[in-house]
Amino acid sequence: MLYREAGDFKTSYRDDSQTFPIKLERWGYYAVVAVAFGIVPFVINDYWASAVLVPFLIYAIAAIGLNVLTGYAGQVSLGTGGFMAVGAYAVYKLMTAFPDVSLLIHVVLAGAITAVVGVLFGLPSLRIKGFYLAVATLAAQFFLVWLFNKVPWFYNYSASGQITAPTRTFMEQAISGPAASASAKYLVCLVFAFLVAWMARNLTRGSIGRRWMAIRDMDIAAEIIGVNPLTAKLSAFAVSSFFIGIAGALLFSVYLGAAEVGEAFGINKSFLVLFMIIIGGLGSIFGSFAGAAFLVLLPVLLKNLLVGNLGWPTDLAAHIELMIVGALIVTFLIVEPHGLARLWSLTKEKLRLWPFPH
Amino acid sequence: MDQLIFASEVMLNGLMTGVMYALVALGFVLIFKASGVFNYAQGVLALFAALTLVGIQNGQVPFAHLINAAFGTSLHHFGWTVPSVLAIALTALVMVGLAFLIEKLVLQHLVGQEPIILFMATIGMAYFLEGLGDVMWGADIKTLDVGLPQGISESIETVTDSWFGYGYFIDRLDIWATVIAALLVAALVAFAQYTKQGRAMRAVADDHQAALSVGISLRFIWVMVWSIAGFVALVAGIMWGTKSGVQFSLSLIALKALPVLMLGGFTSIPGAIVGGLIIGVGEKLFEFSIGPMVGGATENWFAYVLALLFLVFRPQGLFGERIIERV
Repeated sequence: MLYREAGDFKTSYRDDSQTFPIKLERWGYYAVVAVAFGIVPFVINDYWASAVLVPFLIYAIAAIGLNVLTGYAGQVSLGTGGFMAVGAYAVYKLMTAFPDVSLLIHVVLAGAITAVVGVLFGLPSLRIKGFYLAVATLAAQFFLVWLFNKVPWFYNYSASGQITAPTRTFMEQAISGPAASASAKYLVCLVFAFLVAWMARNLTRGSIGRRWMAIRDMDIAAEIIGVNPLTAKLSAFAVSSFFIGIAGALLFSVYLGAAEVGEAFGINKSFLVLFMIIIGGLGSIFGSFAGAAFLVLLPVLLKNLLVGNLGWPTDLAAHIELMIVGALIVTFLIVEPHGLARLWSLTKEKLRLWPFPH
Repeated sequence: MDQLIFASEVMLNGLMTGVMYALVALGFVLIFKASGVFNYAQGVLALFAALTLVGIQNGQVPFAHLINAAFGTSLHHFGWTVPSVLAIALTALVMVGLAFLIEKLVLQHLVGQEPIILFMATIGMAYFLEGLGDVMWGADIKTLDVGLPQGISESIETVTDSWFGYGYFIDRLDIWATVIAALLVAALVAFAQYTKQGRAMRAVADDHQAALSVGISLRFIWVMVWSIAGFVALVAGIMWGTKSGVQFSLSLIALKALPVLMLGGFTSIPGAIVGGLIIGVGEKLFEFSIGPMVGGATENWFAYVLALLFLVFRPQGLFGERIIERV
């Protein structure tokens, strides 16, 4: 009844091509943004911030990054963990080298550095694709982790080989280090997630996004209609790595506070983000958020249910979680390869006709 | 001269490691040839097989951990031990059952999907099997002993000592692994060349449609191929498990098999073997010569970077067919 186009008149092309064409949806989106910025920061507590909301936002950024590359441009990457490590170590070096510059600027710079590294490792994509490219990105994953482990300059010669985020402030509020409050951490991540989602959405519906999708759907045809594969692929790698670098930088500086590269940015992180976009939906910004929310919440829920309510040991719960995630991936690929985002849009289609489907 | 002898010892050890890589890569090639599925789960299959073997051998109660947690019991062992040969046969049966289930529950529903979707499905399967293995048999590191000889071979040491004035250190297990791998490959080649089922398998690998039209059952072939791959995984699992204990890192050798395949070509059994040997020798020699200068542990990435460089010049690998789509 409420969710429909009728009566929602569009008098310009601008109106016609907006992201949320239906009024109810538009207002829903504004409401979510208003709640996220206006209400949640005041009611958030430490548990919710560190267990759910902050990791959700950070992984959503990473998932958007990988979705640009895999979902939109069709280049499968298993190097996400390695690129996040680049972001984390870049922000660490910047934070310690220029302590007076704002952390927010450093995070963006770390994203830019990651973009350069991403383009470098994206170069093979000009010759190979499919699994071959996936294995090439594995080279990035293992090489980068090894590099950050073995070259002491990257971790400032600290004895433990770990990197630890110093406290940095923004408008008198600590946003990194142990002194940062839950709401400050949340707000920093929210601002970045919002900006990244907004950028990604507008990039992907513009000419550059169409070029990526053309390459994804059929590269030879794309080339014939005038898409340059070189610039299209490398720009996808650059944008994707930029976002992933931001996610890595935030994960280390705001969320973890201290990180050891093999543990925090290993191959499992690459798979985690890949699973997020498979479950959420390939080629969808909403899907990136949905997938990140799902895979951040699932362990928390399972832990509460199995360990908290039933009193099972934690390692058993962790193994059962592996099984569930694996089974879900296979199920989604069989039943709904476009993920939660597709289910959501099907629901919306139904809702548009409701309650008079004929 | 000393350096040279050292290097040759490193090379020999690399060859032995290479045989192990080749064993895993072999499973990949079999499945890829017959069903076009790039099976990421091959390494986890090896881990699962090794876990099951140890579990059966020691008479562990499957799912003991889960049952105990759910019902408050304290089961752990049946109290018997199963002889190695019987345990291996039982594990092989489990792997066949697993192959059947994978075909029934996963592959059958994904027929005709893009290869990359199938690849991601096998990643999901890998996660599931890893969790299943841990829930069934427990996640602690286990030692596997099926009676294969282990330790440094003294006879080789004394013989080489009398020849070159330097005794080579070679693990007897590695020698056995090489022999078993050679036998396995010979058996597989013979199976593919001279049996009816083997010819059917090659027909499916060549062209699904044509194979169907002459009356070959695709589903049967797929179950068979996955069973064989499961068996190869079992052999690889026994070797790696005996060498370094049955633990999670076992499944990571599957990843090492990827560069092996890129080097050798995805569709070639000799390629898998030669690629495995090159990677094994290459990473050991690199670690030996360049490693100390850059802080060691180069084995983690050497194989991938080598494969990456190789791809740029010869994307089909050493022995692969020239069908790779180039952009």
